[in-house]
Amino acid sequence: MNLSSLIVPLLLCAVAIYASGKKVDVYAALTHGAEEGLSVLLRIVPALVALLTAVSMFRASGAAELLTALFAPLLEIVGIPAETAPLLLIRPVSGSGALAIGTDLMTSHGPDSYIGRVAAVMLGSTETTFYTIAVYFGSAGIRRTRHAIPAALAADLAGFAASAWAVRLLFG
Amino acid sequence: MAMTRIWTGMVTAALICGLITGKIDAVSAAAMEGAQTAVELSLSMAGVLCLWSGVMEIMERCGIAAGLARLFRPVLRRLLPQAAKDEETLAALTANVSANLLGLGNAATPLGIRAARRMAVGCGGIASDELCMLVVLNTASIQLLPTTIASVRAAAGSATPFDILPAVWLSSVLSVVAGLCAAKLLSRTGGKR
Repeated sequence: MNLSSLIVPLLLCAVAIYASGKKVDVYAALTHGAEEGLSVLLRIVPALVALLTAVSMFRASGAAELLTALFAPLLEIVGIPAETAPLLLIRPVSGSGALAIGTDLMTSHGPDSYIGRVAAVMLGSTETTFYTIAVYFGSAGIRRTRHAIPAALAADLAGFAASAWAVRLLFG
Repeated sequence: MAMTRIWTGMVTAALICGLITGKIDAVSAAAMEGAQTAVELSLSMAGVLCLWSGVMEIMERCGIAAGLARLFRPVLRRLLPQAAKDEETLAALTANVSANLLGLGNAATPLGIRAARRMAVGCGGIASDELCMLVVLNTASIQLLPTTIASVRAAAGSATPFDILPAVWLSSVLSVVAGLCAAKLLSRTGGKR
């Protein structure tokens, strides 16, 4: 038995029982949340159509390979697979762009391959840094961001390297 | 505008590169396939994404978010001592962190903005050390259940879409720690510019 196979059923069951104990209408919450999930998806679809079109063209033309080859020596030093170079470049700038490139990596290399897993973990453990900084500082009226951008990018870089390392560690 | 440049740049690069490498037929086919894949993928993602959004809603309603917020109060007090002096800022901060942990981006951002606004009062438009810290906390995502990624993996045919969870947690924590250390270090060496 795979231990991670336990996560999903256990979590569903535990949440339902715990929430029932707290007198929460579990079924109503579940369906309402699912509805919200659908609206999230509806927001993603147009961006995904636009970006997956560009990403597939970019890959088919050989431009992605070029980019990968360009960054390979640099990325190998920190132990990040070079195939993820386009993902690293777009991640801090665009969330849906990163999702499109990550999806492309997962489907072309296989979701359970090393590259596919690293791409998934990278997406899960980093954020759209520049967007977040713009939203927070913009709404707080901050014009001089001082060390926020370098520190946030350091977190991203550490997250990328850690993703590759964690996948190697946990999946061999 | 940034997205316009990225999109145009990618398409242009594909055209030029395709012409040079002689793969322009493949580029043309890929454009159509890409758009098609996007919708197919979205449809196959829909089920898993909806299910987990539902589970998140249950968690939220039974007070897991509030419990997480209580858990993070002392941590945030230590991390942002100035901001934590104000009870309302601290409340917004803890709610921001717990919403982020549950992957409720739509809820997390307004809460974080409320905290940032209160912290920015009297800063004169210059980010304080603690404001930089708050932004780093929010740019380094820690998410307990990365549901969107798991649903993409499921749609792509993964045998166990959630088996990346421990790896995601591990690298999220490392990323946040690195960001906070960088912020601390840079605030010292950078001085008050």
